[in-house]
Amino acid sequence: MSSESLSTFESSVPGDVHRTTTADADAVLDDAVEEPAVGTALPYDDVSLPGSVDTDPSPSTLEAAATGVTPAALGIAEYGTVTIPSGAAGDELVSLYTPRHVAVVAASDVVPDMPTAYERLGEDFAAGMDTQVLATGPSATADMGTLVQGVHGPSETHVVVLEDR
Amino acid sequence: MSSRRDTAERLRRLMATEGDAVGQNTRTVNQLSDYAIQRFEDYEDLRDAAREIKESAIANLPDLIDEVTEAVEANGGQVHVAQTAADANRIVENIMADRDAEKLVKSKSMTTEEIDVNDHLEAAGYEVVETDLGEYVIQIADEAPSHLIGPAMHRSPEDIADLFNREFDLEEDLSGDPNELTEFARERVGEHIREADVGMTGANFVVAESGTLMLVTNEGNARKTAVTPDTHVAVAGIEKLVPSLADLQPFTELIARTGTGQDITSYVSLLTPPVDSPVPDFEADEMRPADDRDFHLVLLDNGRMGMREDDDLRETLYCIRCGACSNACSNFQAVGGHGFGGETYTGGIGTGWEAGVHDLDSAGEMNDLCTGCSRCEPKCPVEIDIPWVNTVVRDRINHQGEDDDLDFLVEGLTPDDEPAGLDLQKRLFGNVETLAKVGSLVPGLSNAVAGSRPGKWLLERAFGVDRRRDLPEFADETLREWYGARGAQVSDPDRDVVLYPDVYTDYFDPDRGKAAVRALEALGVRVHIPAVPESGRAPFSQGMIETAREQAEAVHGALVTHIDDGRDVVVIEPSDLAMFRRDYDHLLPERSAERLAENTYDVMEFVYGLLDNGADGDDLETPGDDAGVAYHSHCQQRTMGVDEYTESVLSDLGYSVRTSDVECCGMAGSFGYKSEYYEVSMDVGEHLHDDLGDVDERALVASGTSCQEQLDVLYEREVPHPVELIAPR
Repeated sequence: MSSESLSTFESSVPGDVHRTTTADADAVLDDAVEEPAVGTALPYDDVSLPGSVDTDPSPSTLEAAATGVTPAALGIAEYGTVTIPSGAAGDELVSLYTPRHVAVVAASDVVPDMPTAYERLGEDFAAGMDTQVLATGPSATADMGTLVQGVHGPSETHVVVLEDR
Repeated sequence: MSSRRDTAERLRRLMATEGDAVGQNTRTVNQLSDYAIQRFEDYEDLRDAAREIKESAIANLPDLIDEVTEAVEANGGQVHVAQTAADANRIVENIMADRDAEKLVKSKSMTTEEIDVNDHLEAAGYEVVETDLGEYVIQIADEAPSHLIGPAMHRSPEDIADLFNREFDLEEDLSGDPNELTEFARERVGEHIREADVGMTGANFVVAESGTLMLVTNEGNARKTAVTPDTHVAVAGIEKLVPSLADLQPFTELIARTGTGQDITSYVSLLTPPVDSPVPDFEADEMRPADDRDFHLVLLDNGRMGMREDDDLRETLYCIRCGACSNACSNFQAVGGHGFGGETYTGGIGTGWEAGVHDLDSAGEMNDLCTGCSRCEPKCPVEIDIPWVNTVVRDRINHQGEDDDLDFLVEGLTPDDEPAGLDLQKRLFGNVETLAKVGSLVPGLSNAVAGSRPGKWLLERAFGVDRRRDLPEFADETLREWYGARGAQVSDPDRDVVLYPDVYTDYFDPDRGKAAVRALEALGVRVHIPAVPESGRAPFSQGMIETAREQAEAVHGALVTHIDDGRDVVVIEPSDLAMFRRDYDHLLPERSAERLAENTYDVMEFVYGLLDNGADGDDLETPGDDAGVAYHSHCQQRTMGVDEYTESVLSDLGYSVRTSDVECCGMAGSFGYKSEYYEVSMDVGEHLHDDLGDVDERALVASGTSCQEQLDVLYEREVPHPVELIAPR
């Protein structure tokens, strides 16, 4: 990750971007999360989900949640995209069923462009992380005559960037 | 084939009911897509890459099918190869029965439209619900999709509100507010997804090495459909296979730009099913383990292997169904996919699909709406020569024709190589050169007959030439007659060129030819105007490929010695230039086609080149102060990228130039003369009029013959070729 990529990423994400150090991450996540919230564990040392976040939701809890928090494997600067790997913890459901999705990405995982992203995806897939969604902003439709945000997926997306990870 | 009157009536009704919504939606997406492409500098490189990937994947298709079968089975899923639509439906029905399922939810998939899986499953007693909001609307309305990616594009929000209000017993009627409609539909659809036993998706791509599917969506319904029920069935045409994950990169960057005008859609799912996500069982309110998941990949042939063997239809299989060709098409913008569509597929490339997976009858009516304007081509992310696919299908339809008792009228006048039953209208327009030669023997008489009421009646009755159109009038003297008498008037020329005497310039509008001669001579060029046959554009546009090929060979024979002598060929009519530069590629041996392509120039492009290389332009006509010109460039000129030379020359000479943004004038050669399409052509023309706006204070010029004719009518004034503005008087 270069600082250029990071600032490109920040400006291309169609949604709120929160840059933070690990030390301040808890507070930033607290702010980004609206309760009730569900989530999947974050794989970054010294960063954890707010205590209010349910990491083992039932379908009804999932449906009722206002926020879903998941880690992102990559940020793609040129597009403002994050990739959400789908695992047994239910990342796909958490990032999809809630009206607000908060993705947490390490700055070192922000790559400049799509070719670089696909190189990384190739490595991930070979290592068995072979289902990921490239998510860019809220879900949307134009089928009802004009652009409407928030259809079957989130209407609001946040990305938390861990600057020192 | 319905009568011309029925066709005209059907299209008129569609324009009245669906035209506004379709026009607004397609034109908006077309502009967004232009903008997205302009900003993306890798566009052409990635198109090349995408094309190469598809070419190689289709060439290796049998191996890829084996490979993906192995990969999916290793992941714990099953692959079913269906030869026909009926096979595919039977496979899906068996999956439903084995699973003891009652309800299936679907995300948007044209391939499942192709096999009519909904009808099949419903007849077998299953409930099927579409989850893409556009598909949901047309499912309720019991309509066919009118666009590859915007299935309900033909409906306005008010239409949709009326539909929902009629269909559902609501306490309070919905208004036409898109937010409210979306909210309403998502709630209904969401409930169906939670209750469903099976989720069916299509696939934009299938990766052979890993069994990964790529799904490109905005709403999120495909994600939910794939992951909420424990059983996922993906139905994909075999052409969706690509070898490796890395092959998806160019498509990821292209598909939204050409399709929706976004840089990327909200979601590009790369999923390798059966996935690891727990299964949310909403009824029991528990998460079940991912081990409960089943996955079935149904790979559909249904004619595709035949297309793969077909040298002309093969490239249709490269299509990624982004719909860009529809949005860029003026006629599609006017009538939408319910007019410009077959049994399943709509728009430009739809003809190739219909001919390949259904039959020529299903491709027939829509095929006629392609004018060959070629504006779809630069928008195709996999560089399919869509006009050529349409021409080939038209040629095949021509050869299916039946005998017609009016054939005697044109026998002898039409020395073509086409079947006896060929539609007379096509035959008339395809043989325009022979008719022009005969007509110009006695121009006054021909004009009087063609302009008279009995003449017009006969033309409409026998040939479908709309009586509301005036045919071009023969000139008293052809361009070649004039030049033969006048001769070259340049002393000590810097170079020699051939001015190609296209049929229209030669017989009907020699003035623009004379202007070209004077402009070229003013720049130190000696002009030769030899007898050269019609380029073949006329028969080519009617799908008369063999006749066009003969013409091309004759043109090559007539021009090649001049080219050998170092003479460039200067062309006034853009549709003929497009034959020389592009379409001869399909008609002549490679080397011959290349020689013509490399040595032919648009007249204004040539003028630009002369000036750019230091020719003295002082003798060219310059405008007074503050002179403005409105310029409509020809569709094929734009595709070749030569329209900019006209703009540059005019603006360098001191004009302020206003250009049109519309893709086509609507006339498109013979199209606007045909009685069944006259009204579509005027609808497209009106849009051009709105776009160019008021031109009272400006010169108004157009490069193409038919654009000139159309603008003549729209603005009720004579519209010359740009070279007539700059030539010394």
